[in-house]
Amino acid sequence: MVPTLAGVIVLIFFLFKFFGGDPSQILAGQVASQEQIDAIRRELGLDQPWYAQLGIFVREIISFDFGKSWMTREQVSGIFLTRLPATLTITIPILLLEISLAIPTAMLVAYYRGRLLDRAVMVICVAAMSVSFLVYIIVGQYLLGFQLGWFPVQGWSDDFWRNLFTYAPLPILLAALVGLAPQTRLYRSFFLDETKSDYVRTARAKGLSEPAIMRKHVLRNALVPVLTNVSLLVPGVFVGSFLLEIFFSIPGLGREIYLAVNRSDYPVIQAVTIYLSVLTMLINLAADVLYTFVDPRIQLR
Amino acid sequence: MAAVLDVTPENAWTALWRRLQQDRVGAVSLGIVVAYLVMILFATAGYLAGGWSREVGVPYANPAFLGERPNLEGALRKRAEHKGVAPDLSAIDPLAPKYAEWERRTGELKMTEPERAMTLPWGGDRWGRDVLDKAIKGSQVSIAVGVLAALCATVIGTLLGACAGFYGRWVNDVLEWLYNVFTSIPSILLIFSLAAVLRSGAFAHLFASGIWTVVIILSVTGWTGMYRLVRAEYMKHRSREYVLAAQAIGASAAARMFAHILPNVSHVILVQLSLLVVAFIKVEVILSFLGLGVPLDMVSWGTMLSEAQTELVIGKWWQLAAATAFMAVFLTAFSMLTDSLRDALDPRLR
Repeated sequence: MVPTLAGVIVLIFFLFKFFGGDPSQILAGQVASQEQIDAIRRELGLDQPWYAQLGIFVREIISFDFGKSWMTREQVSGIFLTRLPATLTITIPILLLEISLAIPTAMLVAYYRGRLLDRAVMVICVAAMSVSFLVYIIVGQYLLGFQLGWFPVQGWSDDFWRNLFTYAPLPILLAALVGLAPQTRLYRSFFLDETKSDYVRTARAKGLSEPAIMRKHVLRNALVPVLTNVSLLVPGVFVGSFLLEIFFSIPGLGREIYLAVNRSDYPVIQAVTIYLSVLTMLINLAADVLYTFVDPRIQLR
Repeated sequence: MAAVLDVTPENAWTALWRRLQQDRVGAVSLGIVVAYLVMILFATAGYLAGGWSREVGVPYANPAFLGERPNLEGALRKRAEHKGVAPDLSAIDPLAPKYAEWERRTGELKMTEPERAMTLPWGGDRWGRDVLDKAIKGSQVSIAVGVLAALCATVIGTLLGACAGFYGRWVNDVLEWLYNVFTSIPSILLIFSLAAVLRSGAFAHLFASGIWTVVIILSVTGWTGMYRLVRAEYMKHRSREYVLAAQAIGASAAARMFAHILPNVSHVILVQLSLLVVAFIKVEVILSFLGLGVPLDMVSWGTMLSEAQTELVIGKWWQLAAATAFMAVFLTAFSMLTDSLRDALDPRLR
């Protein structure tokens, strides 16, 4: 994990150092005197050789101090604290809803494998996945928010419960429904893999009914790959669905990065990328440890 | 002694073709994809939708089948062309002395106001451009981006995966490290970082126009899956007998990697390539929607959707419908074709 982290830091550093624009010019704007540019270069340490700058970068990461945003003058470290709650308010319900809908649907479809219901659901899934997420949001926001008025079109408040029950339901609903098609397809394949295994044949041979096999044997074993998949989804909870946040003007982390990209606000992008990568690594590590509890056959090396 | 074995084994690609033809869904999907490709060829050559950026209709021209629908914006435009006498403000207008000169200089320029149609086959957008032409041109751009990026990602992934799988040892360790680095950054953050850097960076002027920014962003972030697959295949194949035999007759490492093993793993690459095309087109649409994708003077499904969002509020739904339909039909057909391809290529299912 440490070499990977070092790699991430070096990659981000060189990406912005050699391919990115000159920070002093971005900061000072088009009409800046040479003294102003020099002052900015000194302040950011740009007059030092690249390895010294890498050192500064590493120190910033370890001390959680990326200074201030170039454009909004907001403390970069404060961005996480102020933006993450909004992101989590919508992403955690999305994840829970998606999984709790996808597992039963996939099980049902796998139970009727090869028959009309299975084929119909699979074709619908492929077609549904072919329409861009954007279209679902645009149409959903227009139809349910604007035309029918069931939900507010967009907005956010300072009150958690009001956010969760007034502003969050529409984005959560849209994202969960859109996520359902790919999840169902994936989970169905997990269930189908299990139905071909030997223990299922044994269960059939001893006269167990098909629903009981599905419920007692297949479901339990299929949950292992499902867990893998969920652990892959968990980091996304923190990144958030930036599209939802942009459309519904939710002040979350994803929208913040998008705005930072548009105003070339390098410290914000760098900080968010590095810390979320670290978080991703930690979550993956935790998932690996969790496996050994769920499935004793798996052992950590 | 002769004619013991008179059966020449069927070529893998002929077998694939035969199996695809037997698969009805696959054949229909292939037909649709080929139709799109022909359309793109014509659009690239300029025979089709060459004038997508010309303002041929009134703003928000109605679709031909909805010609009677009231079109406030279009009517306003028509009225503006025959405007009445403006009230005389020359006493208080500070620019009044300049008008005569401006009038004269305007007269020197030759302007032609094209005849604007009230209805277009599938309606018009805010500037009166033909939505159908835009959708065709947008298909060209979006699919070109998806295919080019998928090809680039495939080349990167295959080269690195082949080296890691074939050589093993320290080459494998180094490339695995690189893979871990790229996969531990959430992909959307990597995409955003690259977008920020390529838009404002030292090389921004190189990619100012054209689709290469998006292609680079997508291929740099998307090669990891291909790398992993190809690496696993090479690890499996490198000690197989046919490779050892090739080594025994003196085939170089490069020859074994690319002349012997590559054809035997190409089916895995092909399927993954088509999965990448679908994924990349979806991402391109989102990036272009956000203004981080294709430049402003081009049209893609994503830029159409970004215009459609505001149009929908005033009831002009046809641009949204056109972009969605063109995209959904292509992606569905392409996904189905990929599924058929996988079924036809997977030796375990034969």
